[in-house]
Amino acid sequence: MTGTISDTGVSAETPMGYGSMRRKEDARFIRGKGHYLDDIALPGMLHGAILRSPYAHAKILSVDTSAAEAHPKVKAVITGETLAGLGLAWMPTLSHDVQAVLATDKVRFQGQEVAFVVAEDRYAARDAVGLIEVEYEALEPVVDATTALDPGAPVIRDDLEGRTDNHIFDWEAGDAAATDAIFEQADLVSSCEMVYPRSHPAPMETCGSIASLDAVTGKLTVYTTTQAPHAHRTVYALVAGLPEHKIQIIAPDIGGGFGNKVGIYPGYVCAVVGSIVTGAPVKWVEDRSENLMSTSFARDYHMQGEIAASKEGKILAVRVKVLADHGAFNGTAQPSKMPAGLFHVFSGSYPMAAAHCSVTGVYTNKCPGGVAYACSFRITEAVYLIERLVDVLARDNGWDPATLRMDNLLRPEQFPYTTPLGWEYDSGNYPKTFRTALDIAGYDALRAEQKERRARGELMGIGISFFTEAVGAGPRKHMDILGLGMADGAELRIHPTGKAVLRLSCMSQGQGHETTFAQIAAEELGISPDDIEVVQGDTDQTPFGLGTYASRSTPVSGAATAIVARKVRERARIVASAMLEVSPDDLEWAKGSFHVKGDPLASKSLAEIAMAAHSSLELPEGIEGHLDATCVYNPPNMTYPCGAYICVVDVDGGTGQVKVRRFIAVDDCGVRINPMIVEGQVHGGLADGIGMALMEGIAFDSDGNHLGASFMDYLLPTAVECPSWELGETVTPSPHHPIGAKGVGESATVGSPPAVVNAVLDAIGVRHADMPLTPAHVWRAMQGRPLRVDLAIGD
Amino acid sequence: MQITVTVNGTSYTRDVEPRLLLVHFLRDELRLTGTHWGCDTSNCGVCVVWLDGAPAKSCTVLAAMADGHEVRTVEGLGDAAGLDPIQQAFSDKHGLQCGFCTPGMMMTCRALLDRDPDPSEATIREAISGQICRCTGYENIVRSVKAAAAAGQEVKA
Repeated sequence: MTGTISDTGVSAETPMGYGSMRRKEDARFIRGKGHYLDDIALPGMLHGAILRSPYAHAKILSVDTSAAEAHPKVKAVITGETLAGLGLAWMPTLSHDVQAVLATDKVRFQGQEVAFVVAEDRYAARDAVGLIEVEYEALEPVVDATTALDPGAPVIRDDLEGRTDNHIFDWEAGDAAATDAIFEQADLVSSCEMVYPRSHPAPMETCGSIASLDAVTGKLTVYTTTQAPHAHRTVYALVAGLPEHKIQIIAPDIGGGFGNKVGIYPGYVCAVVGSIVTGAPVKWVEDRSENLMSTSFARDYHMQGEIAASKEGKILAVRVKVLADHGAFNGTAQPSKMPAGLFHVFSGSYPMAAAHCSVTGVYTNKCPGGVAYACSFRITEAVYLIERLVDVLARDNGWDPATLRMDNLLRPEQFPYTTPLGWEYDSGNYPKTFRTALDIAGYDALRAEQKERRARGELMGIGISFFTEAVGAGPRKHMDILGLGMADGAELRIHPTGKAVLRLSCMSQGQGHETTFAQIAAEELGISPDDIEVVQGDTDQTPFGLGTYASRSTPVSGAATAIVARKVRERARIVASAMLEVSPDDLEWAKGSFHVKGDPLASKSLAEIAMAAHSSLELPEGIEGHLDATCVYNPPNMTYPCGAYICVVDVDGGTGQVKVRRFIAVDDCGVRINPMIVEGQVHGGLADGIGMALMEGIAFDSDGNHLGASFMDYLLPTAVECPSWELGETVTPSPHHPIGAKGVGESATVGSPPAVVNAVLDAIGVRHADMPLTPAHVWRAMQGRPLRVDLAIGD
Repeated sequence: MQITVTVNGTSYTRDVEPRLLLVHFLRDELRLTGTHWGCDTSNCGVCVVWLDGAPAKSCTVLAAMADGHEVRTVEGLGDAAGLDPIQQAFSDKHGLQCGFCTPGMMMTCRALLDRDPDPSEATIREAISGQICRCTGYENIVRSVKAAAAAGQEVKA
């Protein structure tokens, strides 16, 4: 199978623009020539391994490293004491807390980092970890978030001066009084307590880092699995006090991120210290248990939600109280003024007069994290809340959940729509999107089938979710991370021969940036995407920006790409005007060339213009030579994709086993640059939804032991649990995005879990049960004896 | 200990620790980094290679156990003449995103097509059910295998 026109399938007939071209990055991946972190071997490189705490909460009485240091292949053993001497024992988190790099006083979660060994090979490093003796004095752990604030609960963060409890923050949004007033007057109120349990993004490639300090130049090069290389560089500068221009962060190919690779982990800092101490490059790559136990978890929201409606079925208001379990250190990665992320989009896809939330964050003896796993800064929890509440409201009143949604959805003429919580939704045609999904599903026929099956005693369920996402964080005046505004840069240079290089601040983890962003620039410049090289991930080669997470690359960097290409085009117009000796205003753009108005033959292609721009051609006064431009895009608003999802399940009443029979997903993400890639993004997120709803969940026992610490315990969906997805689309462009695109990377992860849960509960006729709906949980729910999903404590 | 393993048709003799895993032998000793490591517990399958013609999880095989045996990795899928049909199909049908599970997936799918040139969707899903992909939701992997099967049928016709 050779002889395709190019690896990407771009041909002379279709040289440019949007469309389902094959991905440029595939050429290396299908040949096993991807270049991931652990594929890198630097000369003289050493290997690090971490000793971790077996306890959830314990005092460290002593650490004896002598046997490890005596190991013939060990080059250094680093402890919290070593780091304290360097002022590096604690590091700032992305939420203005601090986290221990290596524990000095206490360990505060099982799997916490205690010591770091540097050795000649990875096996020896692991051997030496086993030689370190740590004496602990076990303390009572705080495992249950609901009792973390009880008087007398052990104080986890006694490192913080004056701390006498486990309270982190209280935060609220919306108008409490107006909301309460509506609830008092409302005909109907339904309420539901629900837990969005702790889960983990678990990319197939775990996190890792190679630090290499050049003792002569003082330059620190860090190869690392990061979704946000520039943010990492700035944080390293702030943490270690190293000059920022002497730090280079290089993200190689990344084997999936899903939010897991946003933060800076203690292992990364240890690798840097290891390189400083040994003078050699030091690689640290976590194993799977370390990944699941110690790097960013997701969710862990305990929600008490209420929805008010008129007796005719008009949704009037929603209110919710949230208890947020943030683990032992408040390390969530989210805009700094928003401790609950973007959770306050929870009024969802329905206009209502008022809504209010109050969120309380608490410390527990669990791993820090909170927003990872493709969740768009807690919109996953928000969508789950509203879409479960709408289903509960329908059930409590004997209404069809599809009819209730259709009757309440925002209408196209209501956009732009400002929610009671202050978000300005940009565009959408929700009834059309929902109708498209209902038609693909054959909703009425499904309900008829369900009735027949029920008569035969079979448990079939139909679940719906209609979600609104808010992606593209974000406007600088509202959003920053550690004081860094959430704008992103782009640099575009046309080489003399008309080929181009596009440099971006975002970083692909599999989303296909090398293809998609080349397509955006190609569409604007009228050249082939094959002729545009996309550079990302290297802070010495790319402009500043906050990176790829929360579905922000297309809304922010995609916009930057379109704008920088338009800037280059306008520069090209001026060069062409000099070449053709006419006024720039007399030129017309014809996708790839400028020609004189009314004279298409008097034309210069972009390649000709590029060569002229680098030549001795006399350019107009004030116009520099060459053909390039830069841009920083500060989004004026978020983009608001939406989607309608319908899930059909069959449940085995004897075992509680759920089989997802069909899953219909209709997404509206505005203009689709590469529809093939968009569909692939949706497919992946739908599998996440199956996983979270039915399989994935991290519980803890009463000693604080993590019960999901391997893939034998933390179950991810395989091809057998996933159905063949049925996709549809509507296209409502974003009015403020330069090419009308919205983000889509996390839509399906955000939108699908409530559809699956609603389907299972519809099948078994239970009002509510928490995820993950494993056979045991389903069966117990059917007996009216649901189990707590976050704690493995017997009934 | 000294072992000799034939990998993609080339014989390699190396001194290794008896406990060295085959995945690390391939990656660290031979620098064939197309085979990945993902979980330690034989659940994820990003380390799948062929051992004497059958897919095996190389994180659960000692290099010493491969002594005298034949291994085929993703680097041995295509040849100088071009790509294996399964590689071409993964690209054509967008059967990969981050690419980390892809080599293992392709090795399993190649083996499937060798024993069943026209597998049903259920057969394909069953064949790859010992491997995890976090990106694709498996749909396009299934389509890739079907496309490679169709390409194989065309070649025969």
